[in-house]
Amino acid sequence: MASVGTSVERKEGMDRATGAARYADDLRFPGMLVGRTIRSTIPRGRVTGVRLDFDPAGFTVVDHRDIPGENCIALIERDQPCLVESVIRHAAEPILLLAHEDRDRLCAATVHVEYEREEPVFDPARSEREFKHITIVKGDLDRGFARAEVVVEGTYSTGAQEHVYIEPNVVIAVPEPGGMAIHGSLQCPYYVLKALKVLLGSEANGVRVIQTETGGGFGGKEEYPSMIAAHACLLARKSGRPVKILYDRNEDMVATTKRHPAIVRHRTGLTREGKLTAMELDVLIDGGAYCTLSPVVLSRGVIHAAGPYSCANTRIEGRAVMTNTPPNGAFRGFGAPQTQFAMEVHMDRIAEHMGLDPFTLRLRNALKPGDTTATGQKLGSDVSAVAVLREAARRTGFRRKRAKLAGTHRGIGLALFYHGAGFTGGGEVMLASRAGLETTPDGVRILVANTEIGQGTRTMLAQIVADALGVPYEQVQLAQPDTSVVPDSGPTVASRTCMVVGGLLERCAQSMRARLGDASPAEHHARHGRLEVVEQYAPPPGRKWSDETYRGDAYATFAWGCDVAEVELDPVTLEARVHKLTAVQEFGRPIHPALARGQIEGGTAQGLGWALLEHVVMRDGVMANAQLTNYVIPTTLDTPPMDVVMLENPFAGGPFGAKGLGELPIDGPAPAVVNAIRHAGLDVRAIPATPEALALAPRLAPSADGAAS
Amino acid sequence: MKLVLNGSPRELEVHPLKRLLDVLREDCGLPGTKEGCGEGECGACTVLVDGEPVVSCLVPCAQVEGCEVVTIEGLAGDHPLQRAIMREVGSQCGICTPGVILAAYPLVESPRRPTLQRVREALAGNLCRCTGYEAIHRAVLGAHAERHGTA
Repeated sequence: MASVGTSVERKEGMDRATGAARYADDLRFPGMLVGRTIRSTIPRGRVTGVRLDFDPAGFTVVDHRDIPGENCIALIERDQPCLVESVIRHAAEPILLLAHEDRDRLCAATVHVEYEREEPVFDPARSEREFKHITIVKGDLDRGFARAEVVVEGTYSTGAQEHVYIEPNVVIAVPEPGGMAIHGSLQCPYYVLKALKVLLGSEANGVRVIQTETGGGFGGKEEYPSMIAAHACLLARKSGRPVKILYDRNEDMVATTKRHPAIVRHRTGLTREGKLTAMELDVLIDGGAYCTLSPVVLSRGVIHAAGPYSCANTRIEGRAVMTNTPPNGAFRGFGAPQTQFAMEVHMDRIAEHMGLDPFTLRLRNALKPGDTTATGQKLGSDVSAVAVLREAARRTGFRRKRAKLAGTHRGIGLALFYHGAGFTGGGEVMLASRAGLETTPDGVRILVANTEIGQGTRTMLAQIVADALGVPYEQVQLAQPDTSVVPDSGPTVASRTCMVVGGLLERCAQSMRARLGDASPAEHHARHGRLEVVEQYAPPPGRKWSDETYRGDAYATFAWGCDVAEVELDPVTLEARVHKLTAVQEFGRPIHPALARGQIEGGTAQGLGWALLEHVVMRDGVMANAQLTNYVIPTTLDTPPMDVVMLENPFAGGPFGAKGLGELPIDGPAPAVVNAIRHAGLDVRAIPATPEALALAPRLAPSADGAAS
Repeated sequence: MKLVLNGSPRELEVHPLKRLLDVLREDCGLPGTKEGCGEGECGACTVLVDGEPVVSCLVPCAQVEGCEVVTIEGLAGDHPLQRAIMREVGSQCGICTPGVILAAYPLVESPRRPTLQRVREALAGNLCRCTGYEAIHRAVLGAHAERHGTA
């Protein structure tokens, strides 16, 4: 019986509901020490002296001189030190590591660091250094503006966002014969392994990285665990004992990555009928003090910046720059929520300017099969922009409500958006992921490095294999991600696990099925021993991309969404309360409908938090509200009822028609909410739209858009 | 100190100001209770004390002297709420799940069917970053119906 398309029992079973699931902080190792990180307290300058103000007996102390290889956390660049040698580029930068078996004594130890302070740069517009500059050019911008009868300009900005996975970061390094085992709460075991190879040099042989149960990630455990693993590893190496580094909530919020703040400038030309003729965009993202993933966040951001619209003449300039704050990094959506926020709020301002309603303006410009994106990617039948837009407007009675609510404290707003699945451009080719499948005495076992962090990786991959192999779902098991056991199937990021890794596993299963003949995997295993099949990523035929020109097929496919937010503004407190959110999304086909719905509802709630509540307050380069008491994320009382619709449009290039889904749902809520606030009478162009911000927002005359007619 | 833990009497030698959370995890070998923030904001460490949900990170253990304490390990493992929360995907990463289950437990056990608003209020102190709460609400209401035969 087919399991794909049904909400089968999850591979996790009941462990998460009984307390039996073991997260990294639940693991115990004999002789384990606790580690602690001493961090810079200034945002820029030099260390001139370090003094230990405690009795070092029983302590393990590590500084940069204890690093056997290169002092860096290798990622795209090798610019970020594992431990400061002298130069400080941000507050909370790691300088020294301590470990002790007694947590209280460890916390009581004081270290005095002397600094020479330099003038920090916090404003990205005044940055002295670019990490990455991308230009996308399509058609002829001057000709496009010459044809334009209407020109609308605007600048939009989005704030940083903290991931607030409920399990703070934790990594344990355990010396073992011939090497070191790293157990941690993390998304990408092979990213950690690659960073440790550079850090440890020749000593890295024998290091393995194992993902434990992970209490949420959202991108926040994509690159930063490499830093924590490096620290735990250095302490374990020096002490010869297992070392656990567990961040408390405050340290996790102060020291680790956030969503990149962004400023996006639009200048747009249209005909009098509302057809786009020219789009000029400038995207600036704040990378923080080191490069980390900023170039690829910028890349996804600029590629999505022109929205799901067709325009013959487009120019997009994007810059990721350095400032003296802790590095910003991966967060669900990866640059696309920022740029699509700007596009969608700008679209409502254009509609207002032209006396059109937001639905009609979008309908006139939405991408259709045969159209090309800003990078020149020609779209096929996997485009659903019009379908999601029409369905969202129909279900909500959008135009009728828009007319009815005009001039009241209530508003309704929509956002149309899309999200590319898998790595951008040539990324998947460079990754060259490998996935494996092996027979066992009971069936088969999946061998991949992709991690289950709540989204349902294990269940969904097992469903794909079960159906492609023609065996019951129950006979498919998965190996725990351990780099000594599983091949490098790439990171668990970029909405790629289902489509790309699931696609590799589908091929593994088909190839195994051909070799099994009439035997079941278990029968074949009993007769002939273990059979293993490995498949490696190959790009779909005809897909072209150039990193030099930024022209070509940026993604294998896109998923599509249209969100409608219905908002009430409290005229006294200026709180914007969302009382209903409709999310219509097309991502090919859901493998497991209940898990897919969970991705949409969860991503939508995160997007609502980013829009209205979540305000990272920086003071002298340090997050000043690094507690859950005053960095507020949505609770049950802040999250509206959601009407979730999953439109199906099976994608030929994905397993059983599936595209990627994980990130799409966070692109829409913020602009939909801000457009609803606009409809209720406040001109908002920046988020978070807290009551304090709304108090300062200019008031608009009641909108008389075409919806009334 | 003495308490009744998951139905069994226990006697513990611990500092009276030690957090109940740490006593449970470190001294009682019950790691199912999770720490998310250490300041009573996230609810991941929720346990039942004399039937009422409390955040164990803010409770010095002396306060539960003589009390009945129930952690996630104290539920049988097949309570309708535990099954519903997995089925409805009211648990994604699972780190908030023990706290959510214990916070909702009195509501599910009470014969009176809760309104959606009542469910929201009962769980307002339990942060979940994965689900957007909709699936948790479905699970609690579904579990109540199953528990009281009104499904």
